[in-house]
Amino acid sequence: MAGDTKIREEFHDYGIPEEERPPLAVVGSQISADEQLFGRVFDPHVLRRFVPYLKPYVKRIVLALVGVLGFTLTQLAVPLVIRGTIDFALIGGDASRTALYIAAGVFFAIAAVNYAANMIQEKQASEVGERVLFDMRTAMFRHLQRISLSFMDKTEVGRLMSRLQGDVNALQQFVESSIFAIGDVVLLVGIVVVLLTLHLPLGLMTLAIVPVLFVVRFIWLPRAREAFLSARHASSTTNGALAEGINGVRTVQSMAREDVNYVLFDDKARENLVSQIRATKFAQIMIPIVDTLTGIAMAVVVIVGGSFVMGGTIELGVMVAFIFYVERFFAPIRSITMQYSIMQRAMASGHRIFEVMDVDIDVDDKPDAVALRTVDGRIEFDHVTFGYEKNRPILHDVSFTVEPGTTVALVGPTGSGKTSLTALAHRFYDAWSGRVTIDGHDVRDVTQESIGRNVAMVLQEPFLFTGTILENIRYSTSGAPMAQVVDAAKAVGVHDVISALPDGYDTMLDQGGGNLSQGQRQLVSFARALVADTKILVLDEATASIDSYTERLIQQALKRLLEGRTGLVIAHRLSTIRGSDKIVVLQDGRIVEEGPHDALMDAGGLYARLYSMNYASFDDIPESLIEAIKAEHTTT
Amino acid sequence: MIGKKPVGLMDLPMKTITVQPPRETGRFTLRKMIDGMDVVGRVTRMTFHYPWLMTFAIAALVAAVVFQLYIPRFLGSAVDNAYGLLSGGANEAAQRALVVTGALLFGASVLRGAFTMLHNYLGEAVGQHIGYELRIAIYDKIQRLDFRYHDHVHSGDLITRGMLDVEGVRLFVNTGIKRFVFLGLLIGIGAYRLLSADLLLGLLSLSFVPLVGWRAIDARLTLRESWHRLQERMSHLTRIMEENLQGIRVVRAFASQQHEMEKFAVASDDAKALTSERIGVSVRNGTFMTFTFYVSMGLVLLFGGQKALAGEITIGQLTEFLAYMTVLQMPVRQLGMLVNSVARATTSGERLFAVLDEEPDIRDKPDARDLLVTDGTLRFDAVSFAYRVGGERIDVLSDVSFTVCRGQTLGIVGPPGAGKSTIAHLIPRFYDATEGAVSIDGQDVRDVTLKSLRKTVTVIQQDIFLFTSGIENNVAYGNPWADPDTILTATNSAQLHDYIDNLPRRYRTLVGERGVSLSGGQRQRLVIARALLMEPAVLVFDDSTAAIDAATEQRILTSLREQAAKTATVIISHRLSSLMHADEILFVEGGRVAERGDHASLLAQNGRYAALYRLQSNPADEPILKEM
Repeated sequence: MAGDTKIREEFHDYGIPEEERPPLAVVGSQISADEQLFGRVFDPHVLRRFVPYLKPYVKRIVLALVGVLGFTLTQLAVPLVIRGTIDFALIGGDASRTALYIAAGVFFAIAAVNYAANMIQEKQASEVGERVLFDMRTAMFRHLQRISLSFMDKTEVGRLMSRLQGDVNALQQFVESSIFAIGDVVLLVGIVVVLLTLHLPLGLMTLAIVPVLFVVRFIWLPRAREAFLSARHASSTTNGALAEGINGVRTVQSMAREDVNYVLFDDKARENLVSQIRATKFAQIMIPIVDTLTGIAMAVVVIVGGSFVMGGTIELGVMVAFIFYVERFFAPIRSITMQYSIMQRAMASGHRIFEVMDVDIDVDDKPDAVALRTVDGRIEFDHVTFGYEKNRPILHDVSFTVEPGTTVALVGPTGSGKTSLTALAHRFYDAWSGRVTIDGHDVRDVTQESIGRNVAMVLQEPFLFTGTILENIRYSTSGAPMAQVVDAAKAVGVHDVISALPDGYDTMLDQGGGNLSQGQRQLVSFARALVADTKILVLDEATASIDSYTERLIQQALKRLLEGRTGLVIAHRLSTIRGSDKIVVLQDGRIVEEGPHDALMDAGGLYARLYSMNYASFDDIPESLIEAIKAEHTTT
Repeated sequence: MIGKKPVGLMDLPMKTITVQPPRETGRFTLRKMIDGMDVVGRVTRMTFHYPWLMTFAIAALVAAVVFQLYIPRFLGSAVDNAYGLLSGGANEAAQRALVVTGALLFGASVLRGAFTMLHNYLGEAVGQHIGYELRIAIYDKIQRLDFRYHDHVHSGDLITRGMLDVEGVRLFVNTGIKRFVFLGLLIGIGAYRLLSADLLLGLLSLSFVPLVGWRAIDARLTLRESWHRLQERMSHLTRIMEENLQGIRVVRAFASQQHEMEKFAVASDDAKALTSERIGVSVRNGTFMTFTFYVSMGLVLLFGGQKALAGEITIGQLTEFLAYMTVLQMPVRQLGMLVNSVARATTSGERLFAVLDEEPDIRDKPDARDLLVTDGTLRFDAVSFAYRVGGERIDVLSDVSFTVCRGQTLGIVGPPGAGKSTIAHLIPRFYDATEGAVSIDGQDVRDVTLKSLRKTVTVIQQDIFLFTSGIENNVAYGNPWADPDTILTATNSAQLHDYIDNLPRRYRTLVGERGVSLSGGQRQRLVIARALLMEPAVLVFDDSTAAIDAATEQRILTSLREQAAKTATVIISHRLSSLMHADEILFVEGGRVAERGDHASLLAQNGRYAALYRLQSNPADEPILKEM
């Protein structure tokens, strides 16, 4: 088609000369995400931690090894049977049809055993590998459910995902290939033993190429690996740039960057081309080397072996057997040397996996933890000091109470400790000193599960799961009747929006709720909290401004949500702040002021000053301004 | 030989980008293969771009096959030579013959290796070149396809095409075209040789070929089909894990770990069951193929032995038959891979060419000229915009007219879905108006080159996209030649310089995905700086200050005054404070201009604008506007 040739003619048709490349233009991510791919061949810690995952499959592993042995030995026997056929049934004194039938019978028997053994080894080795993979993933996922949030905060989801996927796959491959590698070792040793037994001098001469093959492989491997890795790197960089171009296409077009990008992408694609071809060279160079060595061995068998046959030192069949063995040297050597890389990779992956699995669960239920049952819903912070890193406290000796049925608004600039307070109320973390109590129970004395059932939480960024709207509203209370869900949706004013969707409550949400507006997602997460129907509600108000219409709905829904509940709210909207029963003004982890809006305004302190400045949210107030106000306060 | 690729390191997991494999339903059938022949033909013709490389590759391939086939033959004659010696033939001559055969074997083996390397390398080089061509072609095409196209095609889908489908087509050179020739020659010539040497033994030696070949193809297609199902299940599992980790706070807050573990277990078991099924298919077929091979080898041994006993063939010939079988075993099993390669190239090629053959609706007219900015006046003249869904016309904008001169500001306000953004999108021709005309200084935007238009008009869009690179790279995105002073001016105006200056790596700080995390307001300011750097004659804020607090926004607008004198500005916003000082304000509703005028006159009209103003100035006291 004409299109194909056009592609080539278009090369560098964009007229940006090399020396005029824009200095500030780049395409593709400038952050490398590669992790260490190879580790030590043996990492005792990794192996020690890995063994328990193999334990449940000891029987299968043993069976697989039996299969491997059976398969390898029968494979090894085939040239011997051919040899026997030639030497005992076709030539020599006993040559006869009967001998031939016996030989053929033996051959078929061996083929049958080979078949069965092959079946066992393949099935068991693959199954064990797969099961270990799924077990490890499950164990890791389960551990991640309990691991402290401070670890999760520090760790990118992408990194964890690559452990749950790539790294467990590396271990699966390790399990599977290890089983087969044992077969390869047996095969290689077997060939050596058989050849030396058949005829020592000829065996030695033929086998001389084996150490050479090993040496060549080991010289080749690190160099080739480097070439392969750089090829992979080039390809992922190119693909990254492509993905970026696609995701940012609207920006690209609106800034008319197509031509510059094309030239830069072309550079990347060319680099990729060059390193792919370089990798191919490395991959292919082994072939003539192996074939040359194999050719030498074959020539030795034919010339030397042939002379031995002539001299009557060996039988003709022995020579034929040698011929069939010669071409089999390389396969096991290749697998064994490859196993080396696989092990290095598995150790690096294992190290990463167990790094996660070894993270302690700091926040755990006490053995005698009881289930919390809220009656009133009173939250008390009692001289709480807390931080995420040693010696860097975020909260200093904070004490205040949220009385049942009232709403407390937490106010303060970013980093003042508001989020930490709400997290402590939910026991996402444990306080360093002091205590948090709900209805008089220390949160550390009750089960975490029961806190979750009694304290609902609405996050700043509403997080919705893939699934229907119904599933999302019901999230924690999967047994909630439909009527309750609809009531909740009506209460927060999202029922009409949901009903207008093609499948109503059964509408599937795209990933992250992409088919709802941000305001609507917020409302759905309100409905979720409402269905959970708890005495206590912890809420982090959204900051981004939404259009006035939805904004209005949210404000009303918020009121409904807090009705008759104990509320601890990180408030950003002035109206929310004003409407709360008590305002706690935080700065640098300390309570600066506390009291209802009017009282604070009368007091004329930090709150009153900030309020009068008419910022949309206290979070946006520049640090310098606060410092100035504070300085003013301390001097007066 | 093909398939003798020494190391499987290429399939190491890479975590930078996760790609969804293309959805494919049902089995690849002969029918689909025939339907896909034009695609395969097109891919094959792409190799003609490299006629010499391809010719040499095929020539080397033929040579490799020939030497490969000589080896069993030489082995056979070596056995006969030795047997001749044993049976006491002419010693000298036979010995010499043995040496000659040994030398020939060595030579054949070396040459086989050399030519195998050569054809693999050349084939791969052609494949990689084609991959390169396709990669830059699809990149270029995707960059130029218009918004409408990108609205309909999911970005993940395009990424898949650009990555996996390019690979699928590229690999076809080696795993498809060349393997086809290789297997054809090897099996064809070999079969001819064996059958002409001895019909019965030839048939027996080849008896495993159809059985194994058929099983290999059948199993491969079954696995291929179930692979797609497995990918779906795996991506489901991945999504569950990923969402769990992303939403870990929700999970913990609602104490629903148990619920999450159950979801995980169901998805995991699903994937596991299918994996086991696949292992079953693969094991059954793999072992069957090996067994079939050994059975036919046994038959050759039995019947060949009888013939040797009867003196009809020599032991050397029997050896040759057996050796030839071992040569043929792996290639025959690769028939499955050949079919797989065709299937992959067909589907991948189809998806790839669908993009490459696409032409954007919005493109330069053949006689398009560069936009010439004189007065800097933007004009909408009775502009309407509509699109069609299944034959039904949906009106987005109807009869919108306005003029904004250099130094003036137009404000646009209205309820969500009123068509405000559409107005913004029509100016730089992200879309074309259905009726009426958008013009700048009297030149219809459809008559000028896109590049000159988009250098003149900058729309600051609602959706923020930052590139994973330094702040300076992002700010200078539209003009990567910009000097530091220009960048500084832009970030200063956007009220971002002070923040950047306090970062450890300042303007080199990496932002974007996985870069330093910026607040919503900072991201918007960065995007504003990026737009200001373009020094556009027409500047459009498309609700792009929502996350910036009112005070900062005012400072931005104030610092823009100087530049605003040289610019026609359009501000679309929900927040009236952003646009109440505009020279003219349009209240847009249902795609029509419902009210227009300046702030004072609109308030005097006491209509929707006035109601919205009251709502925003005192939200707590105002009843909700139901009719909006």
